[in-house]
Amino acid sequence: MSLNLSLLEICYLIASVTFVIGLKFMGNPKTARRGNLIGAFGMTVAIIGTVVLHDQKVPPIIYGLIVLAIFIGTIIGWLTAKKVAMTKMPELVSLFNGMGGACAALISLIEYPHMQHETGSMVAVLAGLVIGSVSFSGSMIAFLKLNGTLNKALRIPAYNIINTLIMAGLFIWVVLMIIMPGFDSALNLYLLLFFALMYGVLFVIPIGGADMPVVISLLNSFTGLAAAFGGFLYGNKAMLTGGILVGSAGTLLTLVMCKAMNRPLSNVIFGAFGGSGADTGSGAEGAGGSVKDISTTDLAVLMNYSKKVIIVPGYGLAVAQAQHVIHEIELLLESRGVDVKYAIHPVAGRMPGHMNVLLAESSVDYDKLLEMEEINPEFSSTDVVLVVGANDVVNPAAKTDPSSPIYGMPILEVNQAAHIIVNKRSMNAGYAGIDNPLFYDPKTSMLFGDAKTVLTALANELKAL
Amino acid sequence: MEQVFYYLSDHMDMIYFIVLSVFVGVEVIGNVPTVLHTPLMSGANAIHGVVIVGAIYVMLHLHEDDFMGMILGFLAVLLGTLNVVGGFVVTDRMLEMFKKKN
Repeated sequence: MSLNLSLLEICYLIASVTFVIGLKFMGNPKTARRGNLIGAFGMTVAIIGTVVLHDQKVPPIIYGLIVLAIFIGTIIGWLTAKKVAMTKMPELVSLFNGMGGACAALISLIEYPHMQHETGSMVAVLAGLVIGSVSFSGSMIAFLKLNGTLNKALRIPAYNIINTLIMAGLFIWVVLMIIMPGFDSALNLYLLLFFALMYGVLFVIPIGGADMPVVISLLNSFTGLAAAFGGFLYGNKAMLTGGILVGSAGTLLTLVMCKAMNRPLSNVIFGAFGGSGADTGSGAEGAGGSVKDISTTDLAVLMNYSKKVIIVPGYGLAVAQAQHVIHEIELLLESRGVDVKYAIHPVAGRMPGHMNVLLAESSVDYDKLLEMEEINPEFSSTDVVLVVGANDVVNPAAKTDPSSPIYGMPILEVNQAAHIIVNKRSMNAGYAGIDNPLFYDPKTSMLFGDAKTVLTALANELKAL
Repeated sequence: MEQVFYYLSDHMDMIYFIVLSVFVGVEVIGNVPTVLHTPLMSGANAIHGVVIVGAIYVMLHLHEDDFMGMILGFLAVLLGTLNVVGGFVVTDRMLEMFKKKN
């Protein structure tokens, strides 16, 4: 082995170690940021090492293209990541994940005509192609769903059967390409690519928006797997460790998220959320009674003379960019001696932990953010609960109605409080498409309107008191 | 069937490596507070961007007249870079929020 390649192996060793340490550090709030930087450092070492340390005679044009691609990618990636609003982060993660998947698929496409068609590398190349493509097209659909372009769960009839058939077909196709002489033509490779891309689309499209975080996490581990197959193909240790780490950690993270919603993964992928199940749900509850609304003036008075107020923020708050106003209201109330806390459901926002990040951004004190288990016993001693842009996480049907699609999901028990104020833009059903009996509770008053507008009005009323 | 066993035994180092890495991945994520799930997913997302190393490797081994390869390779490196740079920067921005907590 030449000196260059020996040095490259050391670069990869450094990268692998930093990936493990980086991920470990990211598991603790104190060290998380350092962990991310450690990982980024290792990645830089691996990339620069790969470009510089090799024994190939590389034509200048190819060298130029590599450097140009890295240069353009760095600028675009950096600017997008820096400029995007905090609320848009989940879809950005999905987008970047898709890029990684596409990268893995492209590697396989280039490699295929040049390689020895022996079993081991065939498996690695074809698996990289299929998994990378599924991850790419799936992530793009998840991205479109999260940014609202595709906001309905589209269900073709018998999609479960069709998807399972395509999945089985992809598997058989790969096996045939490996074992059947003459079946490994370029045309068959492109057909495989086409069906893998289609599978990614069909796999994600029927899944409701509320489950998107789980899907992104799953696709994230897919891309990890695709990277690992690339590593297997080239015997590249950095790709192997990075890919497998993300593959296994991502799978575990997916399961943890499912657990937070009290739904098995199979239910997310094959189940009906916001589909047929929700129709029966809304049919049963739709005629559930009338709702009453409350003005900001009345609410300001009510809150001002309360002892204890709990705010339940949901994604609606984030969409309306109302996290700063809510913090202002919190400070106003506290200056009047009201005890104010935030109740954070594990899946509040679009991803677990998303809401904490958003509220931290508007400098809400960390100690005021209470998780579900801590805050649930406190609702019964609370005067006013203000639910802003959250719906499914406070839906009592999850506890009381076995026919509800979210039955069994742990919820914030806001209906224990003396007054419940729900801010929503309209009476439309929530993200999961399920009607909410909480709105018809005699203790509940609705505060209709855009969260930011209404809460700004509320803050002004409070100041005037 | 025999071939499969030969293949496995030829690649035993790699297989040990894979199995142990799986355990490390699971171990590293265990007991992470919910608050950190999103940044962690995002950080993991950046790390699988290591696939770019493969894209660069493929480019380095291309023939000078393989224009199709060059176009696809250019795209692959570009997308891989987006994944890496965007992933780490966005994660850093999320984690920045946890800084002033004490």
